[in-house]
Amino acid sequence: MQLTVWTYEGPPHVGAMRIATAMQDVHYVLHAPQGDTYADLLFTMIERRQKRPPVTYTTFQARDLGTDTAELFKSAMAEAYERFKPAAMLVGSSCTAELIQDDPAGLAKALNLPIPVVPLELPSYQRKENWGASETFYHLVRGLAGAKAPDAGWQRPERPQGQRPCCNLLGPTALGFRHRDDITEITRLLTSLGVDVACVAPMDATAANIQNLGDADFNVVLYPEIAETAAKWLHRTFKQPYTRTVPIGVGATRDFIAEVAEIAGIDPSAVLAQSPTRLPWYSRSVDSNYLTGKRVFIFGDATHAIAAARIADKEFGFNVVGLGTYSREQARDVRDAAKLYGLEALISDDYLEVEAAIEALEPEMVLGSQMERHIAKRLGIGCAVISAPVHVQDFPARYSPQMGFEGANVIFDSWVHPLMMGLEEHLLGMFREDFEFHGDAQASHLGHGAAKERTETQDPSSAAPAGDSTTGDSTATLAEWTANWRQDAEAELKKIPFFVRGKARKNTELYAREKGISPITLETLYNAKAHFGR
Amino acid sequence: MTSSVLDQPVTCTSAPTIRQDVEKPVIRERGQREVFCGLTGIVWLHRKIQDAFFLVVGSRTCAHLIQSAAGVMIFAEPRFGTAIIDERDLAGLADMNEELDRVVTRLLQRRPDIKLLFLVGSCPSEVIKLDLSRAAQRLSRQYMPDVRILNYSGSGIETTFTQGEDACLASLVPELPMEDADAPASLMIVGSLADVVEDQFRRLFEELGIGPVHFLPPRNSRSLPPVGPNTQYLLAQPFLGDTGRILEDRGAKRLSAPFPLGAEGTTLWLKAAAQAFGVDPEHFQKVVAPGQERARVAIERQKKTLGGKSVFFFPDSQLEPPLARFLARELDMTLIEVGTPFLHRHHLEQELDLLPDGVQLSEGQDVEKQLDRCRDSNPDLIVCGLGLANPLEAEGRATKWSIELVFTPIQGFEQAGDLAELFARPLVRRARLEV
Repeated sequence: MQLTVWTYEGPPHVGAMRIATAMQDVHYVLHAPQGDTYADLLFTMIERRQKRPPVTYTTFQARDLGTDTAELFKSAMAEAYERFKPAAMLVGSSCTAELIQDDPAGLAKALNLPIPVVPLELPSYQRKENWGASETFYHLVRGLAGAKAPDAGWQRPERPQGQRPCCNLLGPTALGFRHRDDITEITRLLTSLGVDVACVAPMDATAANIQNLGDADFNVVLYPEIAETAAKWLHRTFKQPYTRTVPIGVGATRDFIAEVAEIAGIDPSAVLAQSPTRLPWYSRSVDSNYLTGKRVFIFGDATHAIAAARIADKEFGFNVVGLGTYSREQARDVRDAAKLYGLEALISDDYLEVEAAIEALEPEMVLGSQMERHIAKRLGIGCAVISAPVHVQDFPARYSPQMGFEGANVIFDSWVHPLMMGLEEHLLGMFREDFEFHGDAQASHLGHGAAKERTETQDPSSAAPAGDSTTGDSTATLAEWTANWRQDAEAELKKIPFFVRGKARKNTELYAREKGISPITLETLYNAKAHFGR
Repeated sequence: MTSSVLDQPVTCTSAPTIRQDVEKPVIRERGQREVFCGLTGIVWLHRKIQDAFFLVVGSRTCAHLIQSAAGVMIFAEPRFGTAIIDERDLAGLADMNEELDRVVTRLLQRRPDIKLLFLVGSCPSEVIKLDLSRAAQRLSRQYMPDVRILNYSGSGIETTFTQGEDACLASLVPELPMEDADAPASLMIVGSLADVVEDQFRRLFEELGIGPVHFLPPRNSRSLPPVGPNTQYLLAQPFLGDTGRILEDRGAKRLSAPFPLGAEGTTLWLKAAAQAFGVDPEHFQKVVAPGQERARVAIERQKKTLGGKSVFFFPDSQLEPPLARFLARELDMTLIEVGTPFLHRHHLEQELDLLPDGVQLSEGQDVEKQLDRCRDSNPDLIVCGLGLANPLEAEGRATKWSIELVFTPIQGFEQAGDLAELFARPLVRRARLEV
């Protein structure tokens, strides 16, 4: 049993809904009690979809439990087929139905419908949304394309001379973070390379499209969390190679182009030479100097978190001070990536633990999901959203991909926006005593109200969950040693902008404790500054 | 706690049966329900009772539901959470009671400000028959008097949306202090109201000379209202079947009234209390007249938008019959169908009398069939949940999200105009937009 305040992912059947809802003619019959229909509003409200998700909920109640919930499933399924006439159906259980063990797969089979029916086994008490989406997509691909699988010894013939290579784009789903625009951007990029896109799946695909996935020369895996399992199966079955690079950021996009060119046997040099993105120049432009060494904390799904860390480090000149993910399935990849920055990855789906980590690290910027946006807002730190889970404002009206060269432009804009612009930062630093800047003045773009000096207001008993060893210990030892500040040093501290003041106080006290200095004077303050200066 | 909805005989065929009530026929249906479960009530209850925490014992779905229904991430430190059951619990590798004790201990250490903890049952906890009432007793022994620990079920297999509040308040009633048998008559207002509405009513009762007046739920668990044979209670919400029954078990008497929505509903609701407390009719008229007049003016303003328009209610909160009565009688709207998850005929007796003859009521839901009926009747305004609203808008139909009616102060004279405006806004908006 785990205490959860907010959850990063929904249950696995919501992942299955993301696949069904993305597609055109697939219907999902979910054995579920009343209330589970809440998931519809994720799609109709957060993503503003114009159609209800193609899901029928059997809606059993307490009084059905002793009688015949299986019969209820069968009639709901038969009625859904009659009403919606889908080309294929998914059947499965939500968490409660899993406990009553009605066997939707067997019941669906008994109905003998004239369409493919793909049964899903999604253990709700073990797995979560992304895994559910991945598993659903895999079983759907296997169930539908499997009918066309060649013999085991079959080899993919060489592409005929003069025929353009073609690929499938795998992974985009309903409710995905910028999936809609990533498809457009990557399709454009591939077209410019001379590669055709045969099919995008599951987004906007039909059951017939899925059946024909094996026809393409190779697969582009946009979101490994969702499509890697299916891509591996397609590789084994249809000998289709698939891409490993996720084209988020300039460097990754260039690597992706090279990888596609290698697989497709084409020459990428023209497209690489062009690389139509403003990010490299904007980042080199002198006004971006203030970005140098900004301390950023990154958290999200594995794909976006790893990509963001690379961009932050290599393309923005930030210091990555924390990197983590809630995707346990991809924990190893994130651990490996964290090592590149000398960090230990935070692998957790516990919101309180992530919050404690951010509080302890005191970054200058947070790149995360809407959960981290909330934490950052509370702490008065700038934040940009880089990953699901997202809220309605993360489905913008404008074209705003994360992938490809335009994606890099979008990322530059959206990450710089929450940061203090250079000169304002200087003015705040120089004229601390301007009455309008008062001690706790926020940078104007961060609004008002949320700002507070963090170390001073932080109450370790309430900020850190009980038994949290990482932050608890250091705070405790620091608390035992009581810092004694001389008044002039304390006053000087107030002249430091609030967003770094907590850090300055902590560093000075750490320095004083290590050197056994008491009281802390003006000199101690500046000695500590020199000691920790970057 | 089993919900009263379960005790009702319901026709189990998927074909709707029309009950032989000639004047107010009721379609009773079952099929897919596009409604929330009772856990959703936590979204407002955890703000209403300021020192209470709601711990759902359930699955990831439960946690996801509450944060999605709450619009996600509104409150930095919500006073609700979920103890998520995992495979170790189900496989018997972990003792679920020990696990629950561990979670509660961690929670109470983190939040020493919590004085009332509700263990809230869910579909999974009900199906595996996890006995939360025993857990609550066990934990209470450990934490009383600092923290009182109660339990109720908000599961979807037993409760629909606002029935969660009913179950919560019903669990609170046995905790209410006993009022002496010779205590003077007191009035209890039952059902969550926005604080501002509560304060308005409090002032009105004072002017009327009615008192003492208590509110359930209270804003703080340390000020639980007393109950006894001299308590008369007035329901502020129409979904409190179990709470009413248990209050009556403790001697309280219900004052039958319509609900305080609109000028008429508010007047009749206050009048029920005034009559029970022997308030002079002239004095009553003098006290309510200014509010009535303000409400009338405010409602009149919306009438030009709403008058003569037709409205179709999908079931959501059980507020539908009183809302429909308000729209029909004070705004001249035509009722096409008034759906409600559960029709409590006893508590709604006066509302049903006020509804126009021939109105089509429906109880329960088969959402696909109801959508067919809705499209066929082509109403000017559809009141429905968030899952249906945008798809219906995309078909070119005007909708009003019903959840806003639960999360907005709508009761009383001063809010009557706001309530009308909530229904008018979608129509005004459509008329304004030229894109």
